[in-house]
Amino acid sequence: MENNKFENFSCPLPIPLNGQVAIGHGSGGTLTKNLITSVFYKYFHNPILDAGNDFAEISAKGSKIITSTDGHVIDPIFFPGGDIGKLAVAGTVNDISVSGAIPKYLTASFIIEEGFPIKDLDQIAQSMQQCALEADVKIISGDTKVVEKGKADKIFISTAGIGFLKNGLIINGSQAKPGDAVVVSGTIGDHGISVLAARNELGFSTTVISDVAPLNNMIQSVLALTHHIHVMRDPTRGGVATTLNEIAMQSKVNITLDEEKIPIKKQVHAACDILGFDPLYVANEGKVLFILPEREVSTLLKALHAHQYGKNAVVIGSISQSSNSPKVLMHTRIGGTRIVDMLSGAMLPRIC
Amino acid sequence: MNKTYTYQNPDLIKRSLDTLSKILTKKWAIMEICGGQTHAFMQTGLSGMLPDEIELIHGPGCPVCVTSLELVDKAVAIASSENVIFTSYGDMLRVPGSESDLFSVRAAGGDVRVVYSPIEALQIAENNPDKEVVFFGIGFETTAPSNAISVIKAEERKISNYSMLVSHVRVPPAMHAILSAENNRVQGFLAAGHVCAIMGLAEYFPIAEKYHTPITVTGFEPMDLIRGILETVRMLEEGSTSVVNAYKRVVSPQGNMQAKRIIDQAFVECDRQWRGIGMIPMSGWKLNTVYAQYDAELKFDVENIKTHESEICISGLILQGIKKPYECPAFGTQCTPQNPLGATMVSSEGACAAYYRYGNI
Repeated sequence: MENNKFENFSCPLPIPLNGQVAIGHGSGGTLTKNLITSVFYKYFHNPILDAGNDFAEISAKGSKIITSTDGHVIDPIFFPGGDIGKLAVAGTVNDISVSGAIPKYLTASFIIEEGFPIKDLDQIAQSMQQCALEADVKIISGDTKVVEKGKADKIFISTAGIGFLKNGLIINGSQAKPGDAVVVSGTIGDHGISVLAARNELGFSTTVISDVAPLNNMIQSVLALTHHIHVMRDPTRGGVATTLNEIAMQSKVNITLDEEKIPIKKQVHAACDILGFDPLYVANEGKVLFILPEREVSTLLKALHAHQYGKNAVVIGSISQSSNSPKVLMHTRIGGTRIVDMLSGAMLPRIC
Repeated sequence: MNKTYTYQNPDLIKRSLDTLSKILTKKWAIMEICGGQTHAFMQTGLSGMLPDEIELIHGPGCPVCVTSLELVDKAVAIASSENVIFTSYGDMLRVPGSESDLFSVRAAGGDVRVVYSPIEALQIAENNPDKEVVFFGIGFETTAPSNAISVIKAEERKISNYSMLVSHVRVPPAMHAILSAENNRVQGFLAAGHVCAIMGLAEYFPIAEKYHTPITVTGFEPMDLIRGILETVRMLEEGSTSVVNAYKRVVSPQGNMQAKRIIDQAFVECDRQWRGIGMIPMSGWKLNTVYAQYDAELKFDVENIKTHESEICISGLILQGIKKPYECPAFGTQCTPQNPLGATMVSSEGACAAYYRYGNI
């Protein structure tokens, strides 16, 4: 070394992160803290979260507590009408809401693939916050893990939710009674078809956008006007057919649908025809099925039609009878009858 | 009123069913050869609305169901090989081979992908020059032109890492086999509209004549299906045998000349094993010598595959119309769409799956 002088020691400069999530972001150290502060706290902050604990404290005030948890994986993570963030918030909000409870708090856990762009993470967190704001829920604790490149597909988000249920309200899948009507809050299959098209693998494009939305406000406005709703459920994966089969089994009843009345967008119908799918099995993320006594149907429809997410609500069938071998039947458009079975395994496109 | 609606109009359907009842004097067994039609009969509920005198016999027209066990096993073997991307239409993935299916290969780490057309598979080959990309080329005359184009394009674009496991089958030889079987019960045929759209009608006249069996080229909407049955019954009741085209809006007598030329360019007729039925002479197509380099059976070492079929499954008898799905002891119990013992329970066009999903009321 020249002149017997040491050069200034310095650590090798870390390679700039280029706006990507690095393994270190999941270390639990400073990088993790930076990521959490710069992305998640920016959007989610509230007194409970800001306390900075690994737990969150809430008080119940004499109501029943309803919890639900849901893992969200979707390809692509951004799709027309939403993204994985909105899906993660709305999905859990809706699962709690269909019990009749008012969702209040969410926790969120992120598993992120190394190299994931931070600007995308920012966009996801922002849309989570927008959805939480609309649903009036707070994200009160969270966790972030980063896994090596290739060990996860971009980002997975698990959310858990807590809601409060007014004592005395009993709404669940085993309450369907013969004579009840079946109402769906709008067109079916929009989410599944828009995501499928967004994958760009099938060589078709569509103007259909996902219906992903938090439904708690609509559900609460319905509950304010009706008094005897027996079942509410959001027909997500497996679609309306699978959800109604679950309800039929839980309540030990037969459900009869009227094909002509099932609301399906023309574009969704066309896409399903081409791809060999049945819209009854395609996922929804912003729809609810209601089962309730016939006499309350007009009140329900009035409440739904007044809400942006329930404009196309319509009666699609009825609970035909109690049954020890519960099934879902459908009066077809041409006047026949057929069974509507559950989805078995993955939905596979047909060859011709 | 749009066109599709006309073909599904409940009043028109009721009137046609009334007409059908009026001309019927006895029972007739009619086979719809095409799995798409089996599916449509069940899905629309039409099968339950037909007069009792009409017995529908579901034919072997589901390419997924009739693809031979040997070829499914070869597909599994190729898909399990190193450095292979195996592509297929979706509903082949669950078809059980002797030991495994393509889904299981994927779960075990194999690169098995669902595509909607062989052109997609060709694109994957072009994008992955260091991998061997194989397409499972199954189907009847309907998928043959696009499968043929994929190898023609592969040659034009000098893509050498693409190949096709060919399992093409043809409808007319199957009709010969069914009608000449000792225990045949089929008295009239609904011929598959889309197959005829490609091939035309010429092959069907000799069949109608030889076996004195009326054949009606039929479409897929409820009104098309009823019209197909009406025309067939009319011929049966009159004692006439001919080939009637009841799907004129799609099918022309000579077929699609361009599609036929493309098929002739890449394929040559060959004997073919049909799952559950057996070997039917000259009932298939394979790649001709010009395109042999794209034949996956020649490219991969899958010559000595040992196969064994489930002993319980009676899909062969079902495909020949000798038994109905519910006559199988395993139907709905040991054999369900979740756990299929035979291919007829897999594809939504398979007779067993159609009965399981839509029948049984």
